[in-house]
Amino acid sequence: MSTSGNGNRSLSDASISADSEVGSAVSGKIAPPPGQLKKADFVSDQEVRWCPGCGDYAILNNVQKVMPELGIPREKIVFVSGIGCSSRFPYYMNTYGFHSIHGRAPAVATGIKCANPELSVWVITGDGDALSIGGNHFMHAIRRNLDINYILFNNRIYGLTKGQYSPTSEFGKKTKSTPLGTIDYPINPLSLAIASESTFVARSIDIDVKHLGTVVEAAARHKGISFIEVYQNCNIFNDHAFDQFAERSVRSDRVLYLEHGKPMIYGKDRNLGIRMNGAHPEVVTIGENGITENDLLVHDIYLKDPSVAFMLARMEQPDFPQPVGIFRAVERPSYEELMTDQINAAIAKSGPGSLEKLINSGDTWIVE
Amino acid sequence: MSTVIEPPVEHLKQLEEIETVTIRFAGDSGDGMQLTGTQFTNTSAVVGNDISTLPDFPAEIRAPAGSLPGVSGFQLNFSSQDIKTPGDQPSVLVAMNPAALKVNLADLEEGGTIIVNTDGFTPENLKYANYASNPLEDGSLAGYRVHKLPISTLNMNALKGNVELSRKEIDRCKNFFALGVLYWLYDRPMENTLSWIQSKFAKNPELAKANEVALKTGYNFADTTEVFTTHYTVKKARIKPGKYRKITGNEATAIGFVAASQLAGRPLFYGSYPITPASDILHELARHKTFGVKTFQAEDEIAAVCAAIGASFAGQIGLTGTSGPGVALKQEAIGLAVMTELPLVIINVQRGGPSTGLPTKTEQADLFQAVWGRNGECPAIVVAPSTPGDCFHMAIEAVRLAFRYMVPVFYLSDGYLANGAEPWAIPAIDQLPRIDVKFATDPANFMPYSRDPETLARPYAIPGTPGLEHRIGGIEKQHITGNVNYDPENHHLMVKLRQEKVDRAINEIPLVEVLGEPTGKVLVLGWGSTYGSISSAVEKLQQEGKSVSAAHLRYLNPFPKNLGEVLAGFETVIVPEMNLGQLCTMIRAKYLIDAVPFSKVKGRPFQIREIVRKVEEYL
Repeated sequence: MSTSGNGNRSLSDASISADSEVGSAVSGKIAPPPGQLKKADFVSDQEVRWCPGCGDYAILNNVQKVMPELGIPREKIVFVSGIGCSSRFPYYMNTYGFHSIHGRAPAVATGIKCANPELSVWVITGDGDALSIGGNHFMHAIRRNLDINYILFNNRIYGLTKGQYSPTSEFGKKTKSTPLGTIDYPINPLSLAIASESTFVARSIDIDVKHLGTVVEAAARHKGISFIEVYQNCNIFNDHAFDQFAERSVRSDRVLYLEHGKPMIYGKDRNLGIRMNGAHPEVVTIGENGITENDLLVHDIYLKDPSVAFMLARMEQPDFPQPVGIFRAVERPSYEELMTDQINAAIAKSGPGSLEKLINSGDTWIVE
Repeated sequence: MSTVIEPPVEHLKQLEEIETVTIRFAGDSGDGMQLTGTQFTNTSAVVGNDISTLPDFPAEIRAPAGSLPGVSGFQLNFSSQDIKTPGDQPSVLVAMNPAALKVNLADLEEGGTIIVNTDGFTPENLKYANYASNPLEDGSLAGYRVHKLPISTLNMNALKGNVELSRKEIDRCKNFFALGVLYWLYDRPMENTLSWIQSKFAKNPELAKANEVALKTGYNFADTTEVFTTHYTVKKARIKPGKYRKITGNEATAIGFVAASQLAGRPLFYGSYPITPASDILHELARHKTFGVKTFQAEDEIAAVCAAIGASFAGQIGLTGTSGPGVALKQEAIGLAVMTELPLVIINVQRGGPSTGLPTKTEQADLFQAVWGRNGECPAIVVAPSTPGDCFHMAIEAVRLAFRYMVPVFYLSDGYLANGAEPWAIPAIDQLPRIDVKFATDPANFMPYSRDPETLARPYAIPGTPGLEHRIGGIEKQHITGNVNYDPENHHLMVKLRQEKVDRAINEIPLVEVLGEPTGKVLVLGWGSTYGSISSAVEKLQQEGKSVSAAHLRYLNPFPKNLGEVLAGFETVIVPEMNLGQLCTMIRAKYLIDAVPFSKVKGRPFQIREIVRKVEEYL
């Protein structure tokens, strides 16, 4: 049955005869038992409608690949998004999904997670969605430390509205809305996440498939808010935005892969490193001026003090290698856990609420 | 020498029985007038009077002491009769300073009683209140019965040396001294307030003692002073038998939603951002954790409603509450709930608008905002409680309809209902409606946008249910499948389906009742908090033999089934509203009748006599 040409039929007729509709927002009726899920189980039947060559494909592919590793039954997973190219993501995941409104995904996700803390909740957002229209929710969802995984696809441009500058576009960028160049200073998503007390902060690159998968999995396993910035290339409106360091031929020389417990070394020849010079980081060459691995900064994701993570988040090309990986992973009780604890404590103390008592509370009197 | 013991002087004071008293307490916003008024109200309720209150406070927390904008008032009507409003005009005014007198005198009935704290009438305060001369001395109050009491001095004398408190702290007890005077004057027992003092100041025995002494001294002073020769008693009201409690609209709203949650067997999630006059609902709900109520004080209005939508999606009762400006911010998200066809309830405790408007004053100007205030064709159900106690019942109704039709429901209270109090006949729980929440669980042939043949509601499939994984969102959905769809015919169909779903709620809302004859000259049609004034005015006119009836709408979208028929029975339909005629416009548009708007947009409720006069024009 097609709805075309049937505009005049009665509503009630239309409402009950659905049997022959083609396609469905639901797919894979019978969930395979957890543990045996495969990547294909997380692929929905919807046609993916991103532009060919978009970095979003790689991220989708990676997330679908990581999902079975987590051992979470499909019905307990919810993807929530806002508006923008990246926010179409939930349609392509064969889980529960909610494509909400511009900037508000963290708020919708907050309600979902509070209502049912057993769900694995994922927020998919972009640089405009999260940092511009949704800036307020970004900060507050993070500081509350809900146990939510929050992936920001940063392409430094507005794609779905066809090419205006975003809050992460570089200063002076010429776009349709800024023919003479932007006069907005860009914001750094990781700095903002750290300032908002994020307990897990990470960054990866769309085309760095293996690394991205590792980071996504680590985020999923972190209890509390897990914030990941993914550099994502928009090949239509901001192509080559990250080539300076992400391009395969230069990546090893210009990207610093952060690894917990390891000195910060990078470079094709593994001879470049980061050392502290007073309060400032500097790039040094191992073997020159007597510098050894022991002089280098050793990465510690568990540092309570966010200063080093913040410093790393500020490092960028061309003065520094572009750091990726997990910047910080600390523990703090999650919001929904504290909310549940308060309810349980109240019930433990006073017993479950009685409606009879509630409506009869306060000063009462009898009229005869 | 023998000692002659004189017998105690017999009090020759008269006790006179009266039917109704309207009293207004007025003072600086720091004088504790709201507290004094509330205590007097509670005691009057407990002794069995019918009561109705109108707190009236400034938007500023503490405007400069003695200034005109800093005056806070609390009006109470108590009676041995069935009353429905806080009274058109106070018959007694308690004024703690010149500003309080200045602001409130015009409202006092002719020949009314004024009780003033003469200590507040300092040259400085007189100047602050723009008095050229002292009204207590210049004869300008000649038309009133004025009782001049140096309340601050009397209170200070009573407490100084008796309690270990500073002069400033002692002075702050003067409202209890004044309350004591009034308790004697209106023959009220002190027990209720005394026990309140004990529990309120349990951790500060010195303050408890001070307030107790102030109250009792005030009472005894009034009993012995020659200022008062008569005191009054108001007998128990003849109201419907049953168990009662005093309740404000905001309290009834909060416990109404807790009750709805219990009746539905689903936990309540309340997302809200603090805003006057709705914040008390958040405070009240935050106390009810033993019912599993989750309260979320969000970062803004939008987050509050979005979180409620998320909670609804996950199977809880998603509720958000605010006032008019907050609703304006939430509207896009409410559209999302319409599109995703999720249950959601939005409380709007309306206040004076537009913009920040009059935050602490009442108004009914958000009806259009509720019915039509979103982009696109975006229908929602709209209900409105008519009295503080009715807030409880309409809260249950709002949840019932939201789940039955999978649709957002607006619940329109206002500042007057929110803060006003009345005796509330405590309902029997087994008489409350059941709320059925049915979740889809069967994966066989599950389609997220298939519809219940009766209500057109789509299936409610919550995350966690195996085999029902699906995606919803704000983009237009394909009929039945719920897939993203831009087809023109599909859009037209879906727009009509969403509208028809709301229209079909007409089958499950009660008919509108007519107070009086079903046909006649004038029908006064109202909605929301105007119920008390309208019904009192109409009853008064009916007693005079006039052909007037009243009807009051608690369901505004859709309207009750019989409304057209009811309207057709009258020559004239008058619609009093605290706006410029919003319901009236809807009535004219839908029923093609020449309904007459009667507007008052002053941040204050209608007086009974204003409605009487308006109706008389059409008789």
